[in-house]
Amino acid sequence: MSILVDKNTRVLVQGLGKTGQFHTEKAIAYGTQMVGAVHPTRADTTMRFEGETDHSGVPDRDDTFSVELPIYATMSEAVAETGANASVVYVPPPFAADAIMEAAASGIELVVAITEGIPVADMVKAKRYLEGRGTRLIGPNCPGVITPHECKIGIMPGYIHQRGRIGVVSRSGTLTYEAVHQLTLRGLGQTSAIGIGGDPVNGTNFVDVLRLFEADSETEGVVMIGEIGGTAEEEAAEFVAQEMTIPVAGFIAGTTAPPGKRMGHAGAIVSGGKGTAEAKIEAMTAAGIVVAETPSEMGEAMERALG
Amino acid sequence: MKIHEYQAKQLMGARGIPVPMGYVATTIEDALVAVKPLIESSGNPVVVLKSQIHAGGRGKGTFKEHPDVNGVNVITAGIGGGVAAAEEAVRVLASKMLGSTLVTIQTGEEGKVVNRLYLEQGIDIERELYLAVLLDRAVGRNIVMASTEGGVEIEKVAEETPEKILRAEIDPAFGLLPFQANQLSTGLGIGPDASKSFAQFVRSLSDMATDMDTDLIEINPLVVTKQGEVMALDGKMAFDDNSLFRHPDVAEMRDVSEEDPSELAAKEAGLNYIKLDGTVGCLVNGAGLAMATMDTIKHVGGEPANFLDVGGGADADQVSTAFEIITGDENVKGIFVNIFGGIMRCDVIATGIVEAVKRVGLEVPLVVRLEGTNVELGKRIIEESGLDVVNAESLRDGAVKILELTR
Repeated sequence: MSILVDKNTRVLVQGLGKTGQFHTEKAIAYGTQMVGAVHPTRADTTMRFEGETDHSGVPDRDDTFSVELPIYATMSEAVAETGANASVVYVPPPFAADAIMEAAASGIELVVAITEGIPVADMVKAKRYLEGRGTRLIGPNCPGVITPHECKIGIMPGYIHQRGRIGVVSRSGTLTYEAVHQLTLRGLGQTSAIGIGGDPVNGTNFVDVLRLFEADSETEGVVMIGEIGGTAEEEAAEFVAQEMTIPVAGFIAGTTAPPGKRMGHAGAIVSGGKGTAEAKIEAMTAAGIVVAETPSEMGEAMERALG
Repeated sequence: MKIHEYQAKQLMGARGIPVPMGYVATTIEDALVAVKPLIESSGNPVVVLKSQIHAGGRGKGTFKEHPDVNGVNVITAGIGGGVAAAEEAVRVLASKMLGSTLVTIQTGEEGKVVNRLYLEQGIDIERELYLAVLLDRAVGRNIVMASTEGGVEIEKVAEETPEKILRAEIDPAFGLLPFQANQLSTGLGIGPDASKSFAQFVRSLSDMATDMDTDLIEINPLVVTKQGEVMALDGKMAFDDNSLFRHPDVAEMRDVSEEDPSELAAKEAGLNYIKLDGTVGCLVNGAGLAMATMDTIKHVGGEPANFLDVGGGADADQVSTAFEIITGDENVKGIFVNIFGGIMRCDVIATGIVEAVKRVGLEVPLVVRLEGTNVELGKRIIEESGLDVVNAESLRDGAVKILELTR
C-alpha cells in the first residue's frame, strides 16, 4: 500500500510553461500516468513527450517513451475525457489559486500545487472554496507527492527514492530529499513521500498526512520534517502522542533563525515568540518523536525510533 | 513588506478610517512648519513627535547619541506657552532625533537611524485598546484580534492574561459580519456612545486587510477619545510580498533605507538572503535546507554568516551573484555550498560557482557538497576547473570541514 497516489493514479497537468513541460516529461519518464493537460489557449492540440525511461521509477518498461498528451481548455472537460483523478498545478502565482479552485470544481480527488509565491489572500479564498468539497489539496509551494516505483507528481528527483516501509512528510522540499536519500541508503525505503509545502496557508497539514500513514498497512514508521513558524508541528506532536501506533522520527529546521525574519519560505518566521524551533522540538520530544539533531541524522533517528 | 506609521495612517485616512491629523518631516524646518496648523486646526495645544522607523517599542526606546530622549515625545509646552513654545520644544527635540540612532527592544543593540519624524495633533484619550487584523495559520484565515489592554505589548498580554484577547474569524466569502463587530465591541466594554463608530472602524479595517493584501495591520493603541471618537493612535502595517504585483502604489512605499543593502541586492537578483553575524557563508538551495545548513554549522560549533536560498530555478548568473554577495561580507572566513538538486541541477550550481570565482576571486576556503540531479556532471565541472575546493559527503561532513578550515 501507499498513500494518496499509486500506479492507478491518472494525472492532469495544469500549466504547460517551461517548468510544467520539464516536469511532465520527468513524470512520464518515471512512469507516472500523465493523461492530459489543461491550457486555455492551446486547447484542442496535443503535446508530444519523448525521451529515455527513468528506470528508477515504474519497473519493467521499455528504454524509451513517447507520449502524446491531449490539451483541454478546462478542467471539467479534461476530467470527463480522460477519467483523471489527480492534477498537478504549475500555473504562475497570480493565477494558481484559480487553477486549484477549478480543479476542485471539476470534482477531482487530488490537486498537487507546486507553484511558489501565491498571494496568501488567494490561498485563504481557495481553502475556503475547497471546504465541503471532496478534493484534497497538497501544497502549494511544495515538491509534490511520490509513491516510489508507481507514481511521481511534482519536482522531486525520482532516482533517490526506493520503495520501502517509511512514510515521509515535510514542509521543505530539499529537506524531504535529504530524508528520502538517507532512508534509501539505509535500506528502509519509502511507502510515500509527501511535501505539504512552505506557505502559511496550505491544503493538507501534518496531522492529515500522519493519519493517512497510520492507516496504511505498509507504512511502519514516519519521518516528519518541520520548520519554524506557526504551530502545525505542535498539533502534529499532540496527534502522534494520542493516536499513532507506528514510530515517528523528525527534524525541525530553523534553530538558528533570527526572530522576525522570513527564512525564504513565506511561512517560516518566528513572530512574537511563537513558532520557535525550540518549542516544536520540545513538543515533539514530549510526544515520543525521535528528533534528529542535524538533518544528516534523520535516517538514523528513524532507525532508532523503529527500535 | 513593512511601511512606516505615517504611510499606514495615510492609507487608513484615505479609506475613511479615523486617524489623528499629522505631518511627516525629514528636516527640522518641515517639523516646525507643521506645529502651528496642527495646534490651530485641532484646537489642542499638545503635539506629538514620533520617530519613523520599521520597529516597535519606539516610545520607550532612546537614542544612542541622546540617551535622555525617547523615540516618541509628547510636547506639552504649548499648553501654557502657545504655538511659539511648542515650536521651540519641537525644534530642540527634532534636532536631537533626526539623524540619530534609535534603540528599541525590537531594533537590537545597533538601533536604527531616524530619517523621518511624524508630527501629530494631541488627542484627549479616554481609553486605550488593542486591535489587529492578521492571518491565523491554524484556520487559514485572517482574524481580528482585540484586547482591552492597549498600549501594552500584545505578546505579553497573550502570555499573562490570554482571556483578555478577543478573536473574530473573517470568512473570506463574507468579510467581518456586523454581529462579529458587535461582539467585539461588547467584549471590549465599549459603551453605547462609541459602539457604532467602533463597529464601523473594525469592519473598515477588516475590509482594508482583504483589499490591500496585508500580512498584518496592528493598531496599538486604538483609542476612544474623550469626545467619543474611535481613532488609530498608532498604525503598523505589513504587506504580503507575493501580492505586491497588484498593489503598485503600495510597492512604491518601500523605504529601502530600512533594509540591509546586501539583502536588497539579493532580492533584486531573485535570491533569498538574510545577513547574520557569523563567519561561515552558506549557499544552499531550498529554504528548509538553507535553515538546516545554518543549524548544522551552529551545531558543530560554528556561526553562520547568512541564510541564502538560491531557490529552485536559479541560473548560473544568479548563483554567481549569490556567491559575490557572500564574499562581499567582510566577516566571512569560509564558504559552504550545500546543494541537493531537485529542480536545481548540480551542473548549474557548479558552473555558477566557477564563473563567480573567475570574476571575483576566492580568498577564503570553499567546501562544496553536491547531491541530486546531475550530481556527477556538477562534480566534474568543479574538478576540471582546477578550483581549490574541498568536497563534502554530507551536510554534517561539510559543516565540520568548513569549520576546521576557518579555524
